[in-house]
Amino acid sequence: MSYLPYALAVWLLVVGLYGVVTSRHLVHLVVCLTVAQSSTYVLLLAVGYRKHATAPIFKGIPLGTKATDPVVQALTLTDVVVSVTVLALLLAVAVQVYVREGTLDPDEIPAVRG
Amino acid sequence: MSARTRVPLFLVSAAGLAALLGFGVAGLPAFGDYHGPYGLVLNHVVLAQRHTTNVVAAVVFDYRGFDTLGEELMLFAAVAATALILREAREEEARQVVDSVQSEPVRAVGLAAVPVVILLGLFVVAFGYLTPGGGFQGGTVVALGLLLVYLAAEHRAYRRLTPTHVVDVFEGGGAAAFVALALGALLGGLAFQQNFLPLGRIGALTSGGSIPLLNWATAIEVTAAFVLLFGEFLEEVMVERRPG
Amino acid sequence: MIPLQVAAIVLVGAGGLAVVLARDLLRQALLNSFYGLQLVVLFLVFQAPDVALAALAVGGGAAPLVILATLAKLRAREERRR
Repeated sequence: MSYLPYALAVWLLVVGLYGVVTSRHLVHLVVCLTVAQSSTYVLLLAVGYRKHATAPIFKGIPLGTKATDPVVQALTLTDVVVSVTVLALLLAVAVQVYVREGTLDPDEIPAVRG
Repeated sequence: MSARTRVPLFLVSAAGLAALLGFGVAGLPAFGDYHGPYGLVLNHVVLAQRHTTNVVAAVVFDYRGFDTLGEELMLFAAVAATALILREAREEEARQVVDSVQSEPVRAVGLAAVPVVILLGLFVVAFGYLTPGGGFQGGTVVALGLLLVYLAAEHRAYRRLTPTHVVDVFEGGGAAAFVALALGALLGGLAFQQNFLPLGRIGALTSGGSIPLLNWATAIEVTAAFVLLFGEFLEEVMVERRPG
Repeated sequence: MIPLQVAAIVLVGAGGLAVVLARDLLRQALLNSFYGLQLVVLFLVFQAPDVALAALAVGGGAAPLVILATLAKLRAREERRR
């Protein structure tokens, strides 16, 4: 039971990869990639958690109260915001692929031509 | 490789991957049993060293500020690349698009909510180093408040509210201000990106040294980047829609 | 581990599976927004309010807009092609 969050991270990664591999549409593929990416957020935050601890904000709370790790939270929060711009970039590329090739099925898009 | 061979191959390798990851994860300390030294040390010293009550904001803008610089430049690059791709692909015909919201209550309530959301976003940014919040979160909220103008009224109102040359200046200016603050410490003889302003009273808005400045630079850049992004995507949709 | 955490973890796992298994794109976009909300609850229960704020702003507004605008653009192009 105490390894459940880590199992969740592994599950999300595998499920996201399954979505990428069996996808029939590039937009569906990109959204499955975001699911796989969220597994890293879960893993990072699970590593930093302390039992019976509060958030690492000390306004009105005496110093020395048990708090969770702030470093992993800092890494995760910048990652969450930047990942949506990368999602937008991937969707723009998908739109370009549709304009050029006329299809969004990964199996039907021809390989890069010279 | 056809789809029929791909799925069984994936299932076999996914089982292997899951087993390997499970073995790796089993070596971690149990959930809740965190004993890495970095976090414990930071929780004890940040209040004394930086006078900010939000330890995460201090880590983002001060202790790990170099990572934030990298993330901000990533944001900038991704938005620039998206704008480049979408603008190149856009068709040259500009249609007279009629897409304004017709229902009066939706328009009224939506437009009344716009200043509230923007104010909420600015609050999240301003108090970001005292209570949960910060430049990244608040910047996104302000950009969403501006997007609400499109949702409540019409696309042209959003475009008029956020002209491209102004937004470009803000985005570049925000990133440049962050880098300038980081380099400015070098000019003063300190280490790169060292906190060089006087720390104030704990809990006041003027605490934290150069953390508030970096916070606002980040907020301006994130807001402008998202406004630009939304504008590009909306323009993509609007340019081809037929009137009526 | 408190029961709320267990419930949040199970919901996130089920939500991720639902997003991947959705085949209709509009349905997947909506499920993605709901999955984002479940992630926010999970982050809150892991005592990370800053991350929860960021995930809420991003998953509630920015990501759905970008995905839906792409879907609208693709549908408009498809209709023109016919």
